[in-house]
Amino acid sequence: MSELALLVAATLAAGTPLALAGLGLLVNERAGVVNLGAEGMMAIAAVTGFAAAFLSGNEWVGFAAGAVAGAAAASILGWLSLWLYTNQYATGLALSLFGGGFSAFVGAGYVGKSLERKVVGGIPGLRDLPFLGPALFRQHLLVYLSIALMAALAWFFYRTRPGLVLRSIGEAPESAHALGYPVRRIRMAAVLLGGALCGVSGAYLSIVYAPMWVEGMIAGRGWIALALTVFATWRPARVLLGAYLFGGVTMLQLYLQGKGVQVPLQFMSMLPYLSTILVLVVISRDPLWIRLNMPASLGKTFHPGS
Amino acid sequence: MIRLEARSAPSRLWSVLSPLVALAITVAVAATLFAALGKDPVRGLEIFLLKPWSGLRALTELGLKATPLILCALGLALAFRANVWNIGAEGQFLVGGIVGGGLALLVTTAGLPVNRWLFFPALVLAGAVGGMIWASVAAFLKDRFNANEILVSLMLVYVADLFLSWLVFGPWKDPGGYNFPQTVNFAAATNVPRIIPGMRLHWGFALAILGAVAMWVFMFRTYRGMQLLVGGPAPAAARYAGFSARVALWSTFLISGALAGIAGALEVAGPMGQLTPHVSQGYGFAAIIVAFVGRLHPLGAVVASLVLATFSIGGELAQSRLGLPAAITGVFQGVLLLALLGCDTLILYRPRWSAR
Repeated sequence: MSELALLVAATLAAGTPLALAGLGLLVNERAGVVNLGAEGMMAIAAVTGFAAAFLSGNEWVGFAAGAVAGAAAASILGWLSLWLYTNQYATGLALSLFGGGFSAFVGAGYVGKSLERKVVGGIPGLRDLPFLGPALFRQHLLVYLSIALMAALAWFFYRTRPGLVLRSIGEAPESAHALGYPVRRIRMAAVLLGGALCGVSGAYLSIVYAPMWVEGMIAGRGWIALALTVFATWRPARVLLGAYLFGGVTMLQLYLQGKGVQVPLQFMSMLPYLSTILVLVVISRDPLWIRLNMPASLGKTFHPGS
Repeated sequence: MIRLEARSAPSRLWSVLSPLVALAITVAVAATLFAALGKDPVRGLEIFLLKPWSGLRALTELGLKATPLILCALGLALAFRANVWNIGAEGQFLVGGIVGGGLALLVTTAGLPVNRWLFFPALVLAGAVGGMIWASVAAFLKDRFNANEILVSLMLVYVADLFLSWLVFGPWKDPGGYNFPQTVNFAAATNVPRIIPGMRLHWGFALAILGAVAMWVFMFRTYRGMQLLVGGPAPAAARYAGFSARVALWSTFLISGALAGIAGALEVAGPMGQLTPHVSQGYGFAAIIVAFVGRLHPLGAVVASLVLATFSIGGELAQSRLGLPAAITGVFQGVLLLALLGCDTLILYRPRWSAR
């Protein structure tokens, strides 16, 4: 019983960075911009956030620095793809390659340093409930904030006028442009917000989850988050669900190991990547289903006045 | 304010100038970075860009570094031109290295007497098969289930990396290797023959150059090559002409996978001479940059590979001579590609001053 509670708790902790990045990428993609730079932005934010938290001694300074770094990295993609009309896929890929190199370079001095491990308080009153307390209510504040973010995004997309405008820009930028909406600026705002959220995700990984900086520590989570938006057919609640599913898969390997299951470590570590492939296969099987749900202008370059 | 105006036809001039301007921007960023880190920028650039080119030994090392880049980038150039996004050359490189390395390991442990010149083609074939197997997974899932090839081929990189790690930590570990995660040193006869005695440059380099020429012929002088390339810029026209997108998907994945696999096998049985967890230094990813900087052209890939190989060796020298992290190579590679994409805008657009 208490073992199961710990498994649930670990799943939430492992799923949260995927949820944050996935929701950020969802905002991008709803506006019609696909950002393959997620892996790189998260790496840049992870090292920046770690350095800021290490130097200031305050993890929230670290998260803020991670958000700023993520947004700054995203602005490169935004500027190139929105104003210089570069191919979004190639530009995102370039950003990921740059982020990998840049983070390794900046982080070289922080390898081996560690942060003071904070005792997570959880939610007073609820944290001492039997089973539910250790399973759900002893998490880092960001875990709960990411759930609130999901709710806020769902409300924004489907219940507010700016949310409708954002979605319509993702579906039909030419029409939105004809109606007088500043398509590129709104897309840029979405890209920056997406970058900031990927940044918080990266900072969470290096400050809370690891908590340390090593080169390559994002380990494909940016790409998995991209796959999550497809898995979720671009809906906020499903992004969160998918994130916890992948968090669970990550934790399953540790759980099975603890149980003494004799499978080599490396095969266990393959699970999240193999599950991503499996999920992509299952969800993409029906091209019509994807076409109906995908923002229609996703990945396409928008030329105002053409 | 500057406004971009679409050109009526792509600018040939800028298509050639763009990589040069991007390179100039990267060099400027490098000089600024050296200065910001308190190093003399002139000396920094000299070590980073000129030292890798000075002397016969340096040149052979440059060719050695460029070999896997050329091979991987040739296949990627073909795939990207056909609008097939194989981003997983790194994984195909690793599996090629595993299969090629496995063959060398088999010969070594069984003590088989082999001729070095007969083993070389067998090694190349083994690498090609390994790379093709790995590439065909992504091609199959795209073909049969419409699964995004970018994400699938990337995920397979992590899987291949973990598989290699399992092999060298587990069944293939050298029993007499003090528990280090590596195989035994391969028998000398399995090593790729060297071009100049005493230098590490091997005949794989010649194979890569030959591959570039063959790819040029295939792309621009054969009907089949043309069929593949039409699908990229004009998918509707290709469909109308009866060129199959499925054929393009499978053939580009198999060719790029085979080339990446050959690169992996040559690296393992060439300079390394054994399998370790760190077979690749990101060659498969750097090759993406090479392919773009080389204008998705086979001969451009050779030139761009030499540029990236310079960065790579320059980074190692910057570490030993200037005390900078070798990761600085990755920064410059990324800057180069981002700058290139920005400059490429001028191929299709003309900047115009406008009153407002």
